[in-house]
Amino acid sequence: MRTERPFTLVDAAKLGLYGGIAAVLISLVGMVDAFAKKDIIAGVVSMSQVLLGAMAFTPALFAATRALRNGGKGGALAAGAVAGAVAALLVALLALSIAPLNLRAIFVNATPKLVNELLPVGSEGLMGATILVVAGIVVGLLAALLTWLPATLRRSTLISLGAVTLIALLKDVFSVIIPTDVGRFVYKSNGLSVEGAVVLFITILVIAYLWQILQPRLNRAVDRMPESRRRVLSFVATVGLLALLFALPVLLGSYLSEVADLVGFYIVMALGLNVVVGFAGLLDLGYVAFFAIGAYTMAVLTTPELPLVRSFIPQLSFWAALPISVLMALLAGVFLGVPVLKTRGDYLAIITLGFGEIIRLLVLSDALKPVMGGAQGVTGIARPEGFGMRADSPQEFYYLILISILIAWFVTSRLKKSRLGRAWMAIREDEDVAAAMSINLVGYKLAAFATGATLAGLSGAFFGSKLGSMVPASFNVLVSINVLAVLIVGGMGSLPGVVVGAIALIGLPELLREFNEFRWWVYGAVLVMMMLYRPEGLWPDATRERELLEDKEPNVIDEDPTGLAEDATVPT
Amino acid sequence: MELLVAKGINKRFGGLQALTALDISVAENTIHSVIGPNGAGKTTFFNCITGFYTPEEGSVIFEGEEIQGMSPDRVASRGISRTYQNIRLFANVTVLENVLVGMHRHLNTGWFGAVFKPPKVRREEKSANDDAMEILKFVELDKKADFVAKNLPYGEQRRLEIARALASRPSVVLLDEPTAGMNPKESEDTTTLIRRLRDERRLTILLIEHDMRVVMNVSDQISVLDFGRKIAEGDALAIRSNPQVIEAYLGRGAATGSGYGLREKAGVN
Repeated sequence: MRTERPFTLVDAAKLGLYGGIAAVLISLVGMVDAFAKKDIIAGVVSMSQVLLGAMAFTPALFAATRALRNGGKGGALAAGAVAGAVAALLVALLALSIAPLNLRAIFVNATPKLVNELLPVGSEGLMGATILVVAGIVVGLLAALLTWLPATLRRSTLISLGAVTLIALLKDVFSVIIPTDVGRFVYKSNGLSVEGAVVLFITILVIAYLWQILQPRLNRAVDRMPESRRRVLSFVATVGLLALLFALPVLLGSYLSEVADLVGFYIVMALGLNVVVGFAGLLDLGYVAFFAIGAYTMAVLTTPELPLVRSFIPQLSFWAALPISVLMALLAGVFLGVPVLKTRGDYLAIITLGFGEIIRLLVLSDALKPVMGGAQGVTGIARPEGFGMRADSPQEFYYLILISILIAWFVTSRLKKSRLGRAWMAIREDEDVAAAMSINLVGYKLAAFATGATLAGLSGAFFGSKLGSMVPASFNVLVSINVLAVLIVGGMGSLPGVVVGAIALIGLPELLREFNEFRWWVYGAVLVMMMLYRPEGLWPDATRERELLEDKEPNVIDEDPTGLAEDATVPT
Repeated sequence: MELLVAKGINKRFGGLQALTALDISVAENTIHSVIGPNGAGKTTFFNCITGFYTPEEGSVIFEGEEIQGMSPDRVASRGISRTYQNIRLFANVTVLENVLVGMHRHLNTGWFGAVFKPPKVRREEKSANDDAMEILKFVELDKKADFVAKNLPYGEQRRLEIARALASRPSVVLLDEPTAGMNPKESEDTTTLIRRLRDERRLTILLIEHDMRVVMNVSDQISVLDFGRKIAEGDALAIRSNPQVIEAYLGRGAATGSGYGLREKAGVN
């Protein structure tokens, strides 16, 4: 193991510097200005103050945690204060230099208004800058004090702080779901009420704390249960979860169901891509192609437009077109897979990237306009009908999408634990060895590719029907990248990870509409942070976690009874 | 009976002649060692048999059929399995799963079977599990079935690799330096294990090995390679005293001496 150099105040200052740079950046891109009017706690703390505070708090927390190890409690305080001060100093310097250096000429957001928002309320000039640095030190000290707490309590506090902020930001969402009385207590017209914030903070803190203490015990209790009892328990849990999922649209209402539908499309797609990238380790950057093929097949087969097509094929209903759409995506997967799956790694990624663009350009092309609708796209796509009902509202669609998710989940989880799943694992970990285990590489890669394409086609068919009309622009490369990001953030190869990732990357940005302007900015920052600090994802798959955390401490294993292993070296 | 025959194998890498007119025939249910100095072409020979390389000339005949030029998975599915010089386990999955992957060719579950899990598939998985545990018991790793492969001590990783090779129920196993990096005690255990493969599981073993103590101890037949050519063949006694072999290992001059160095290496006395 590598020995750690003692953590010095210079290191703390360096961390503070990073925080400060981030704070300066968010000020200059206009985030601070945009969020100054958005309150977290009405009349007390604004969103921009929370953001700026976090840029001092986070580095101070990191610094204090590391300083605690070799400098004790005092060292932690010092490190926190230094990191906080440096971060605040940078912001103060920005505030002071905006006017004299005429920064506005370069950064349009560097306005006198920004200066007011950066400096503490009612202060200006050097005095304001000093107060700001002092505030930075205080924030740093608070972060350092947090490190004095036992780990469970510290984690609970952080979770609670984050959760309260999120609840404040998601006011529009929660006020729809929760009873009006509760809503009136917790929320004011702009942000949380002070009492609401305090009550929420304490409640979440207590719940998080109890959960951390009880969870291992619960786990142990479940482990000790006989197999039959455990099966009953997991059955009850599954039924409960399903009941909740089926009740959700009633609680959510129209707008939130719309968001849930969008998340659902991505979950089905990501479950499919998870087979390709997560299970078999094949990097597919053109996954949107199969989504587009599913959607366009649905569109072309069910629209009353496109007279040329109609003269050959009669207009079909949604249910008749659905299996054809899925089949087309499957065939496209096989068609593309056969020639390209002999290539490895990077080459495969490039070829699939190209394929995705080709499909988009095809549907966009004028040559195929009579068949595909060209740049104007296709309208009048059929909605699912049956039993005298027609799925028109987002809530009704929700159920259809939920069923697709359940099917996709069932299929991929079964595949994962089967002979196919093992073969995919073998191919992912070592292709040559897999071949020497008599695994037909092309055959199994093709199976993964086709499974992924099928699920993308399924998602696409529903997507087309839900929208009712579509344009080629919906199928650009960003969709492929988004689905891949869902997998990365959720955790490669992990099914629950897919759901968590889709909610975090697709659902949250839809709900946090204040961020819309900065969506891709935040998105990029989140991805970078994830790769640095949690590469295994939010809900990692056990195997992939082991792969990614190779250099960290392995699970403790029994002592070698003979003691022979001592002088044997494990090659890396 | 000859189970595996290599006839006149030539393998070139650009200008380098890695194997020249190599003839080796392996009799059924024997331990046949291939030795030689570093770079003699031993692993290249293994790769030619297992389909990772295609020899430019010559043929590899397994159970009476030519297999040269076949893809590695097809060679493997005929019953040839191997281990690697540097351990190549599926490091991040459990010991049991490693062996289960090895069983691939004896299982039939396809896509629909995996998804719908009919009773036939359940039975197949159950018996695969039982077989895997039996193999792990054979290499004395059954108590560590749930361990993650990379957390096993080195010697056990080597044994697991052998277990994985056994899982496909092969008729020939190619072992590439199975005792590399082991201490004397582990080497001895591995020697015993190799013998048990022949005697208890009736396997044919093709063995690359540098540890002369192991080679001289277990081999029924030894082929010596040098610069891609076979320079000698015979049982341990014959190889030990062969002057060409001594020369290949120790250089010209040593052969005229008593062959002391090789004796030392071979652990004679």
